[in-house]
Amino acid sequence: MAKMVEVRDLTRRFGAILAVDRVSFSVGRGEVLGFLGPNGAGKSTTMKMITGFLAPTEGTAVVCGADIVADPIAAKRRIGYLPEGAPAYPDMTPRSFLRFIAAVRGYAGDEAKRRIDLAVARTALASVMEQPIETLSKGFKRRVGLAQALLHDPDVLILDEPTDGLDPNQKHEVRTLIRALAPEKAIVISTHLLEEVDAVCSRAIVIAAGRLLADATPVELAARSRLHNAVRVSLAAGHDEAETALRRLPGVAAVERIDEAGDRALLVLPRGGQAIVGEVTDLVRTAGWAVRGLSVERGRLDEVFRTITA
Amino acid sequence: MHSTWVIFRRELASYFTTPLAYVFIVIFLAMAGALTFFVGNFFDRGQADLLPFFNYHPWLYLVLIPALAMRLWAEERKSGTIELFLTLPVSIGSAVFGKFLAAWAFAAIALALTFPFWITVNVLGQPDNGVILASYIGSLLMAGAFLSIGAALSALTKNQVIAFVVTAAACFIFTVSGSPIVLGFLTPWAPTALINVVASLSFLTHFNAIMRGVIEVPDAVFFVSVIALFLYANAVIVELKKAD
Ligand SMILES: Nc1ncnc2c1ncn2[C@@H]1O[C@H](COP(=O)(O)OP(=O)(O)O)[C@@H](O)[C@H]1O
Ligand SMILES: [Mg+2]
Repeated sequence: MAKMVEVRDLTRRFGAILAVDRVSFSVGRGEVLGFLGPNGAGKSTTMKMITGFLAPTEGTAVVCGADIVADPIAAKRRIGYLPEGAPAYPDMTPRSFLRFIAAVRGYAGDEAKRRIDLAVARTALASVMEQPIETLSKGFKRRVGLAQALLHDPDVLILDEPTDGLDPNQKHEVRTLIRALAPEKAIVISTHLLEEVDAVCSRAIVIAAGRLLADATPVELAARSRLHNAVRVSLAAGHDEAETALRRLPGVAAVERIDEAGDRALLVLPRGGQAIVGEVTDLVRTAGWAVRGLSVERGRLDEVFRTITA
Repeated sequence: MHSTWVIFRRELASYFTTPLAYVFIVIFLAMAGALTFFVGNFFDRGQADLLPFFNYHPWLYLVLIPALAMRLWAEERKSGTIELFLTLPVSIGSAVFGKFLAAWAFAAIALALTFPFWITVNVLGQPDNGVILASYIGSLLMAGAFLSIGAALSALTKNQVIAFVVTAAACFIFTVSGSPIVLGFLTPWAPTALINVVASLSFLTHFNAIMRGVIEVPDAVFFVSVIALFLYANAVIVELKKAD
């Protein structure tokens, strides 16, 4: 897999604040990298350095072979960037704005028109093309920002919180678009929404207070959860008796009671993340409990996230 | 070169998408007229020239040019579009130059629209049109110098009002630095070398020299150097302040 973005020891200080502290990672074609972290973790600052807006205090990023510090213009040509909040000139219309972007990127005439039409079709902007951007809804403004980032069909897309502030339908549309683009490109999206990682990302990195804390696939990350391979058993009756019996199983570390809005169940936690569903179902069968539900937990990203970044 | 042109076009067009352009041009023409005909006694002087008209340009620019320059960078920083703008594949040099040229072209349009004054004076008498042409060129150069100061200072802040006030103050200092009041204040104590430097920075002195009808190389070079210096400062300030 060709490395399209290589981030090397990227560091940025703001006076006394160390906003980004020696962060390194790389992204290949076909990957959608989720960049996770709580607010203030340094996600935006990292993206601003990769896209050449901010000069790194130390380190660099190489985009499709072009070093953003040594050869910023060549690197910027290969990147489509959606800054946080999707800024765009408020008194321009999407059409004049996209024409400007096309011209800056060196397209004229039919070529510019073709590219604008394609970006507009991909982001479903056609209905608002002649309306000043300042009068557009948040969802449309975000799409204008995405259309701008896609216009030159870049190899690398850097999207800073692309779905922040959108309603569920709009979020779904943006995620569908990202998935559709993924095979051809290297994509980095920052987010603090964990559902987004499950929905679109092939890999996730977690940063907090400027430091890289994890770099793994969503499945690997979820496997670090305390809840990974836990079994949730809900019985018609006799939870007390079952709890004692389950606790005696060799693979079981603990049993917790769940009482969510009257829906009672037992959560059986495994020792060292091992698979215990076999043991549990054997016990259930021999004991002859009346089971209403039984399910295996994959592990919860939000819980892993809280543990890592705490 | 290409990106300078693209940026120039967008910026110039953006003046006309808001009422600013029309308000500016109307006020510029109205004030130029009022100053020339009422304060400058254009008719009573009985002379066929545009001296009363050009005399007031430095003072008009002092108020109006900061209004043209204030939005150039402050607005980009305020709305966050600077992040979009400076991650496009353009050099900081073409960004700074493109914006400046757009504002300067706008000032040139406003100045060109004063042509009725020129027609009037040619109807009434036989002015030296060479002197008038030189004065127009001098006025445009002076406007460029004011604009370059304003553009650089507008990169210092996100607040356009602050950009306006600071630019007006800076332009005032450059305008009056050769005046008898300032020089009289300096003469008792300052070394002659310093007085000469201060006096030579005066926009008024250089503009008055041009208005006499000859574009002396040093006067033109002076304004061009001011423009170059402040455009350079503009690029440095943008780099320093863009992240704030
Ligand atoms: N221009 C700036 N000046 C000073 N501090 C900044 C600046 N930009 C960001 N920071 C600080 O750097 C840290 C990381 O910010 P940011 O990258 O925006 O976080 P995130 O995008 O992950 O929420 C925060 O503590 C923030 O206050
Ligand atoms: Mg952020």
